[in-house]
Amino acid sequence: MPDVKDVGALMSVTYDVAARDFVRAGEAASKLKRLLQQLGLDPAVIRRAAIAAYEAEMNIVIHSYGGQIKVDITPESIEMICEDSGPGIPDIEKALQEGYSTATEEIREMGFGAGMGLPNIQRSADQFRIESTVGEGTCLQVTILHEAGE
Amino acid sequence: MVQPYFHSVTLETENCKGCTICIKRCPTEAIRVRSGKARILELRCIDCGECIRICPNHAKRAIADDFSLLSKFKYTVALPAPSFYAQFSGPDMSISKILQGLLQLGFNAVFEVAEAAEYVSLAIRRYIESSSIRPLISSACPAIVRLIQVRFPDLIEHLVPVHAPVDIAARLAKEMVMRKLGLRREEIGAFFITPCPAKVTSVKQPIGFEDSWVDGAIPITSVYARMLNVLPYINETEGLQQASSVGVRWGRATGEENAVGVPRHLAVDGIQSVIEVLEEIEVGKFNDIDFIECQACRGGCVGGPLTVQNAFQAWVNIEELTKNLPAEIVPEIEQEVEKRWEDGFYSLEAKIEPRSILKLDDDLSRAIEKMELLEKTLESLPGLDCGSCGSPSCQALAEDIVRGLASEGDCVFVLRDGVQSLAEELLELARQVPSSISNQGAADKGLSEEETEK
Ligand SMILES: Nc1ncnc2c1ncn2[C@@H]1O[C@H](COP(=O)(O)OP(=O)(O)OP(=O)(O)O)[C@@H](O)[C@H]1O
Ligand code: SF4
Ligand SMILES: [Mg+2]
Repeated sequence: MPDVKDVGALMSVTYDVAARDFVRAGEAASKLKRLLQQLGLDPAVIRRAAIAAYEAEMNIVIHSYGGQIKVDITPESIEMICEDSGPGIPDIEKALQEGYSTATEEIREMGFGAGMGLPNIQRSADQFRIESTVGEGTCLQVTILHEAGE
Repeated sequence: MVQPYFHSVTLETENCKGCTICIKRCPTEAIRVRSGKARILELRCIDCGECIRICPNHAKRAIADDFSLLSKFKYTVALPAPSFYAQFSGPDMSISKILQGLLQLGFNAVFEVAEAAEYVSLAIRRYIESSSIRPLISSACPAIVRLIQVRFPDLIEHLVPVHAPVDIAARLAKEMVMRKLGLRREEIGAFFITPCPAKVTSVKQPIGFEDSWVDGAIPITSVYARMLNVLPYINETEGLQQASSVGVRWGRATGEENAVGVPRHLAVDGIQSVIEVLEEIEVGKFNDIDFIECQACRGGCVGGPLTVQNAFQAWVNIEELTKNLPAEIVPEIEQEVEKRWEDGFYSLEAKIEPRSILKLDDDLSRAIEKMELLEKTLESLPGLDCGSCGSPSCQALAEDIVRGLASEGDCVFVLRDGVQSLAEELLELARQVPSSISNQGAADKGLSEEETEK
């Protein structure tokens, strides 16, 4: 159950994401998508938010030890903070390149590991920040504006 | 402003027993049971016909046209769906024979929707080559187009904006009759022999264009028995049959994707499977696929709710009927498509509009208020999704409550708890006998003798 509370933003929701749980993987993104549809946001904005949330969720599932996706809805934007504890990313610049992936063979067989997740998040976002500390974890900050992105 | 919306799928109130079987199977959660009867929510219904299939009491029905409409026109053309052919089998069955049968039922001419499907296949290919959006999704099944409008509005741009074969068939047939017999368009009636209510609705209420060239849709179920009466007496089968196996196979799943023939394609049939795939597309999957054929019915149109034959049998029948047909689209059709593509003959004229059913309010802050109320309401419900309240799930009931369409007491568990605490309160009240009746009451209230006497 997402935990709904009001903290400055019009609305905040937090979704927990468990590592390696491929049965539930994708649930946070699809719950977020339904929420945004219920709020009546623009379909194109919902699409971008869903893609970003999904890729971030999958990265937490695949590459981390578990984390959370926090979403704030403000009057102007959707703000997502995707935070995990895990190995972190040693070379962020590399990780942001299309096609770069450290996914194992096993993960690739499941259809992931094309190295497209982070680039897709970046493409979907109006603002994007990534911070990572090796041995601690990774934090993405994604902003999607309600009106006229790209 | 909400406009009245025509639906082919309707409820036969007398037959409805108020069971809740249909509400869970509806892919858009468009059915509620209220006051012991099912009700279809107009704005949500996509006329897919799932409820017609599932209702054990036959309380869901498709409204469609019948043969009486033929008399309104000077000249009539039957437009048989490829899935119509699949209803018939036997050692000397042939498509020409089936088409001849339609003439005997009173139509002046036939035009195969399968032939139009060949034009449409090439037009779709043309569109795919011109677009950078991937994956593109077929718009041939109107139940899927409406599913996307209401549940996946962010995927509308993925729909191929090309007319469905039946619309092209009607137009080509009428143009031909107008040219050959000098009749006016409105003197000619074009009738689709339809496998589904979804197509009935789209004839009355086209999506992406204004004025349908199809004048009526007659269910395969209403034509079938009449056909059985005439088929045994048909010998001469003068070459009425035109379409190749490429067009006829549109009647079953994979027919369209193969006909379109772009490099990377796939076919999905059955509305639940389609929903799963659309959900994946929404998060960016399948973007290495050029074209996805999506059909609401399992097996494709041969599995339509208004067909007679078992879908698996019908699948085989298509195989048999197309065995000896040419397996390629003729070059003339290719040239025709090239010629009229630029004029927009095959393209939808208007944009397909989103019709999102999930939105709680037009205003963002009010929608958020409702959302919070919804979450709170949902917490008070047991989460069993039992359907006894008449809504398909606890989530759906919570939404209904927030929209003012239901109340918490509709949940039998909430009601039971309510009744229980009410009963406890009553018991408590019953213990407190008024002081005018017994001394005990006064003593309980802690009043002294003197005070009581005042
Ligand atoms: N949350 C994370 N924690 C640790 N490493 C990460 C995290 N997210 C991404 N990475 C690293 O960055 C690389 C690139 O990530 P990206 O999402 O672009 O591709 P991918 O996950 O490998 O493949 P795809 O997303 O296409 O399935 C990953 O292979 C991984 O090494
Ligand atoms: S798959 Fe065919 S029969 Fe079924 S709803 Fe779609 S168009 Fe109609
Ligand atoms: Mg990834």
